Amino acid sequence: MKIADFTEEHEMFRQTVRRFVETEINPHVEEWEAQRIFPAHELFKKMGNLGLLGLTYPEEYGGGGVDYWYQVVLLEELGRADCAGVPMAIAVQTDMATPALAEFGTHEQKQKFLVPAISGDAVFSIAVSEPDAGSDVAAIRTRADSDGEMYVINGSKMWITNGTQADYLTLLARTSGEHGYRGMSLIIVPTDTPGFSVSRKLEKMGNHSSDTAILSFDNVRVPKANRIGPEGQGFILQMKQFQRERLAGVLMSISGMERAIRMTIDYCRQRKTFGKPLIENQWIYFRICELLTEVEALRHLTYHCVRELLAGEDMTREVAMAKLKAGRLAREVADTCVQFHGGMGYVEEYPIARYFRDARLLSIGGGADEIMLGIVAKYEGILPER
Amino acid sequence: MKVVVCTKQTPSTTAVFTVDANGHVSWDDPGGKPNIVNPWDEYAIEEAIRLKENHGATDAIALTVGSEESKDALKTCLAMGCTEAILVSDSAFDGSDTVGTARVLAAAINKIGDVQIAVFGNRAIDGDTGLTPVQVARKLGWTPLTYVSAIKEISNGQITVERLLDDGKETVTAPLPVVISVVKEINEPRYPSFMGIRKANRATIPVWTAADLEVDGATGAEAAKVNWGHVYAPPPREGSVEIIEGETIEEKVRKLVDKLFEEKVI
Repeated sequence: MKIADFTEEHEMFRQTVRRFVETEINPHVEEWEAQRIFPAHELFKKMGNLGLLGLTYPEEYGGGGVDYWYQVVLLEELGRADCAGVPMAIAVQTDMATPALAEFGTHEQKQKFLVPAISGDAVFSIAVSEPDAGSDVAAIRTRADSDGEMYVINGSKMWITNGTQADYLTLLARTSGEHGYRGMSLIIVPTDTPGFSVSRKLEKMGNHSSDTAILSFDNVRVPKANRIGPEGQGFILQMKQFQRERLAGVLMSISGMERAIRMTIDYCRQRKTFGKPLIENQWIYFRICELLTEVEALRHLTYHCVRELLAGEDMTREVAMAKLKAGRLAREVADTCVQFHGGMGYVEEYPIARYFRDARLLSIGGGADEIMLGIVAKYEGILPER
Repeated sequence: MKVVVCTKQTPSTTAVFTVDANGHVSWDDPGGKPNIVNPWDEYAIEEAIRLKENHGATDAIALTVGSEESKDALKTCLAMGCTEAILVSDSAFDGSDTVGTARVLAAAINKIGDVQIAVFGNRAIDGDTGLTPVQVARKLGWTPLTYVSAIKEISNGQITVERLLDDGKETVTAPLPVVISVVKEINEPRYPSFMGIRKANRATIPVWTAADLEVDGATGAEAAKVNWGHVYAPPPREGSVEIIEGETIEEKVRKLVDKLFEEKVI
């Protein structure tokens, strides 16, 4: 189906990203999944050379300076990869750790940090969640105390994608004694600063090719010049950044779901039971069509979000709805696809098993389903006062 | 020194073809674009760009004969790094065979002027003849160097290349200008970069018609010595599956090998 928002140039760009995924990511997926890590520096450099890491960022810093529809194309095509781990790690660089820097950073900060992020010379992580504060961002405890022109950071961060190989962290920490969402700041932390360490690499259920870590900060001294935006505004900047993270997650998940359904159609065409191909059972093809319908509806809610965001509208409610729907639909798609594969869906030789494991994250990461419900309830005026 | 890369738009490698009762062929690619740059030509485009980057060529010009739609293929060439692209399009050329196309390409290369190397892909995935490069060389009176797997040296008005043949490789030297057709061992084609795509879509691609060229000889369907008499889709092959049974792996393998001998597969 032709979407009016995508020009011929967008489609040409889509072919480049598709080819990149097919030749630079997919052939290595088995190896990277087994190793529980992918070579981020090597892959990001290749992406940087093609201009894929800063499409919407200003040309002055090496970005493409183009509209968000290019990013939509990039994310959709990354979502078609043979695993979700590597695309997620890329999206951390492009849509989670750098948007606030690009929007609110100073010229000097962008020269120092955004330029290498766009060229692929530096790997970024977003360091917000903690052992006791995941979706509940207001509960974070990591502190960045003032000492002259420096911050002294102490604490711990958890669930950090690219955590074992990042050069820089975009870190959310408390810079005052205030509680709740007040008194936090976003600070760029170079990981070669003394006192920083990777406590542990986490063994996850899915997204095996992406490294996820617990990070530790023991008197890590970082210049105040690394703070993005005014002191105490970190929570608000991070909430804005979350919007882009959620949108990226949804966009990647839609093409991922479509891929899983198409793989299942192919399998059901080939697999014969009781003398005929599985696909000829009405239950099977009706169910597949139901899922495709849901995916199509989600796609257009998401495109609607993109259009309105570009027009300057507040789409927090709708993006939360899309994220909620994507997480739940991905689980439904994964479960149905595995079921239709039968025993073959339960073995690692078939990619649908990996999809089943990987898809589960979407309802948890980037704000769990329950947080999305809370956002929608707040916008509807039905969230009880605390 | 100018380098010209002659390219062609062909159906996508994943396109699904339909042949109707009148022999009319149509195709579409539900998952992507129905037409692409001939995959063999990607190696030629890459080599033309490398001739500019590494061997002092001043221009790497992409050239194609085809319809307005072929501009898409030329845009890909520009996005990869060609410096210029030219479309040759005229209804007088419709239905040309390879000789007719070679006459048009040779005329266009002459019009560009100062071209020392014309690069082609080994063949096109649609016609699959591999004839056009040598026919262009014949029309231009240049040396054809086919199956080129490496360009070793360009100096003193000469080019030294490695040719990949069925039974080995050979290194040959020829005076410039030359027409070369390349095999996929020659390089790894680059992707069109994001910035390249942006540039390509802003570029103006000139269209030359028959009136712009001095084509030596006849072109078009009337003049073609080769024409498509009868086009039809072959009937699908009958296939069957046989599971080799046996107590042990060794027994199964023995039975399989016997079967393969019996069927003259090995």
